[in-house]
Amino acid sequence: MLIGHQPQEFLLAVEGLTVSFDGFKAVNDLSFYVEENEIRVIIGPNGAGKTTVLDLICGKTKATSGAIQFRGKELTKLKENEIVQAGVGRKFQTPSIFDDLTVFENLEISYPRGRTVFGSLAFKRDDAVKDRVEEVAEMIFLKDKLKTYASFLSHGQKQWLEIGMLLIQDPDLLMLDEPVAGMSVSERVKTAELLNTIIKNRSVLVIEHDMKFVEDIAHKVTVLHQGKILSEGSMEKVKNDSKVIEVYLGH
Amino acid sequence: MFGDYSVGDLGAIFAMQGFAGLILFSVYVLMALGLAIIFGQMGVINMAHGEFMILGAYVTWLTSSFVQSYVPSIFSGYFFIAMALAFVASGALGMLVEWALIRHLYKRPLDTLLATWGLSLILQQAYRSVFGAREVGVELPQWMLGSQQITDTIEVPINGIFVMVLTTLITVAVAYIMYRSRWGKQVRAVVQNRVMAGAVGINTEKVDRYTFGLGCGIAGIAGSAFTMIGSTGPTAGQLYIVDTFLVVVFGGAASLLGTIASAFTISQAQSTMEFFMSGSMAKVLTLLAIVAILMVRPQGLFALKVRK
Amino acid sequence: MIINSRFFNRSELLGFLSLALLLFLILPLTLDIFRLNLVAKYLTYAFVAIGLVICWGYGGILSLGQGVFFGLGGYCMAMFLKLEASSVANTKIQSTPGIPDFMDWNQLTQLPFFWKPFHSLPFTLIAILLVPAIIAFIIGAAMFKRRVGGVYFAIITQAIAAILTILIVGQQGYIGGINGITDLRTLLGWDIRTDHAKFILYFVEVILLFGCICAAQFIRLTKLGRILVAMREQEDRVRFSGYSVANFKIFAFCVAAMLAAIGGAMFTLNVGFMSPSFVGIVPSIEMVIYTAVGGRMSIFGAVYGALLVSFAKTSLSESFPQLWLFGLGGLFIAVVLFFPNGLSGIWRDHVQRHVDRLLTLVKSRKRWSGRSIAVGAPAE
Repeated sequence: MLIGHQPQEFLLAVEGLTVSFDGFKAVNDLSFYVEENEIRVIIGPNGAGKTTVLDLICGKTKATSGAIQFRGKELTKLKENEIVQAGVGRKFQTPSIFDDLTVFENLEISYPRGRTVFGSLAFKRDDAVKDRVEEVAEMIFLKDKLKTYASFLSHGQKQWLEIGMLLIQDPDLLMLDEPVAGMSVSERVKTAELLNTIIKNRSVLVIEHDMKFVEDIAHKVTVLHQGKILSEGSMEKVKNDSKVIEVYLGH
Repeated sequence: MFGDYSVGDLGAIFAMQGFAGLILFSVYVLMALGLAIIFGQMGVINMAHGEFMILGAYVTWLTSSFVQSYVPSIFSGYFFIAMALAFVASGALGMLVEWALIRHLYKRPLDTLLATWGLSLILQQAYRSVFGAREVGVELPQWMLGSQQITDTIEVPINGIFVMVLTTLITVAVAYIMYRSRWGKQVRAVVQNRVMAGAVGINTEKVDRYTFGLGCGIAGIAGSAFTMIGSTGPTAGQLYIVDTFLVVVFGGAASLLGTIASAFTISQAQSTMEFFMSGSMAKVLTLLAIVAILMVRPQGLFALKVRK
Repeated sequence: MIINSRFFNRSELLGFLSLALLLFLILPLTLDIFRLNLVAKYLTYAFVAIGLVICWGYGGILSLGQGVFFGLGGYCMAMFLKLEASSVANTKIQSTPGIPDFMDWNQLTQLPFFWKPFHSLPFTLIAILLVPAIIAFIIGAAMFKRRVGGVYFAIITQAIAAILTILIVGQQGYIGGINGITDLRTLLGWDIRTDHAKFILYFVEVILLFGCICAAQFIRLTKLGRILVAMREQEDRVRFSGYSVANFKIFAFCVAAMLAAIGGAMFTLNVGFMSPSFVGIVPSIEMVIYTAVGGRMSIFGAVYGALLVSFAKTSLSESFPQLWLFGLGGLFIAVVLFFPNGLSGIWRDHVQRHVDRLLTLVKSRKRWSGRSIAVGAPAE
């Protein structure tokens, strides 16, 4: 089905990706392709290698073999910060924000300017920065918390703050690792709404266990199992795949 | 620098210096074993480790003086008593320190480093106040003196062989405790996930305390061995702490085998070079080489690639 | 107003002014020249301590090898002064006149190559800053690019301090050995040993110190300062925000090294000699305690910490030498266990609110802006 396509048509082309930890292959000869403006959800049982795939794309883990092409750039050869600068943003499973900085400062750090040592020394907090920070803060429901230290935010607010930090980077590919995990029902609804606004005009790669949430947002679903693709396609197709029901959905 | 020596001479020199390095190797291994347990397993930096070693050395000295004056009949075997006492003394002090200081700092490794440095200063001054600033030497029983002639040019000091055998036994015992016993499993469980280990019923505080105590106790034994190659003074421990940390880091912090291999490499390199140049230059070159290697390979000689 | 646009906020301004008052007026007016020279010696450690605030307090990088940079700065300065003191006229009784006395004692007959550029003062001044910066850069690049940090970095820097000390002690002929470089007399013909010179040097040093305070404050207030804080907490998030974490750490480490070197050079000028006893493991870790006592996040605290701890050291070790080590050891433990934010933390928690209340009752609602970013702040 995908064979015969030229990888250049895709935003992200993962081919033959393998990583082995002391002999254990967490991701094994994995290939998949993400198109422009596509929302792809990766599901699978625990230990299937979902988070590792995101780690490999964003450079946190180095691949043993295989290629990751993003807009014609080979990501496996780049450092983490270069991958970010190429346009890949990553949200971690547990909120990873800066507790000792205010919400404003958290967002400002992610603003894509002055990213070198001397650039950051010369960085000026001008109106463009302030406006953008306030705009994003409004989207992530934290407009009245700009001066609050991030350590005082609730778990859900921290998750939003991290999403906001990604948003301000304006990445072409946004990778979210369980964005609604640990949230209350009302926070979940707000987050779904938030995600629906921010996924416009970019591709998104999401790991999620909440099937209701997955059905709501996914264009296409990839099911991972033991580091390999078990099934791939529309939610409808995947849901009715007997292998998927056996190892994952059946439980 | 080798030009003046024939091949045979060189062989003999390397062998002799090699055996001379054995005691240093043993002290390194024992010190590093203690540190590897405390640092590698618990993630705690104990800058006072050298002072625990020196406590063992002082205990050995006290035992030797006591036995010599009051029960000279058992003098030939006093060393075994001294080692046991050194282990108990250093281990007990270690457990006390863990309870009073270390347990408050498990989440702040850099702060532990500073606090234990403070502890080392206090211990040094305490030794100076109790035992005096003068260095003390231990008298060895007759059977440990002298050396064994192997070839015409090579002879091995008997105390070197003795310490080697001892070190081997202790290393095997530690390896057994850490990797085979139930207690060792508990230690590793606590290291990997403190909360979960507590949840499955492991008394994490007790495990911490005994692990720290064991590490310090082994340092005490190292102190016993140390009395054979150097005289004991209040600050003698400080001279070894950096070397020992390098041994542990160089070997790969969590690897027992790595610790031994690196102790061997470092002590032999230093001991061999000392024959050809001044002791200080030998040390500078050895340390520089280690630091340079660590810069290229920071995970040490032996390290696993793990999924983080 | 989202952040303070002023260079110093109110409490920092208070700190700045009171420190200026103390160092420029009170101490010079009340102390005799011997005591003032001692203060100058203590203040040389304040440079190191400020560097550690940037590197350790903000960046979370604990260097136990600041003595290396202090020593490099000090030795560069000492080499220049020694060459001036070893003019042919001054050393004509030596078997080789014109070289430093210790070289002559060690049968050297000509100046080693690395000494030659130190005939020039401009070269020396540049070397004081550049040599430590280059070495810090090399160490930093090697370690931070490979993600080595925390306790490993601390131990490696400590090993480097040990190496440099052993090297200096072992090389008596080339660098003066255990005695160091002594008997320094003049700077471009100006005798630095007179009381008058010491008085002037004190002020030169204080002015330099305030320059460094302002530089550190500038770094703290830029985005770079916030990135350092961010990095200390969530290194990965900074990395995945598009920053090269290693470069920022290298920068912080180099800044700390240069500040330490300035302190070392001033030490040589004020005290009149430089020796390996200011380079090794023990002095290096003592430099950390200055910062810890002052408060690892506080630039002014670092200055007070250096002053107070050095003062305590001098007075205690003169009268009760045993007590001093107990005291210093206890200080290490107490600061870590009970006062992780040092004097500045105590000031903030117990004194500042009273000062604030006195100064302005009206503005008390803006308390959040006075809260400095602190390690001990509630994290979760």
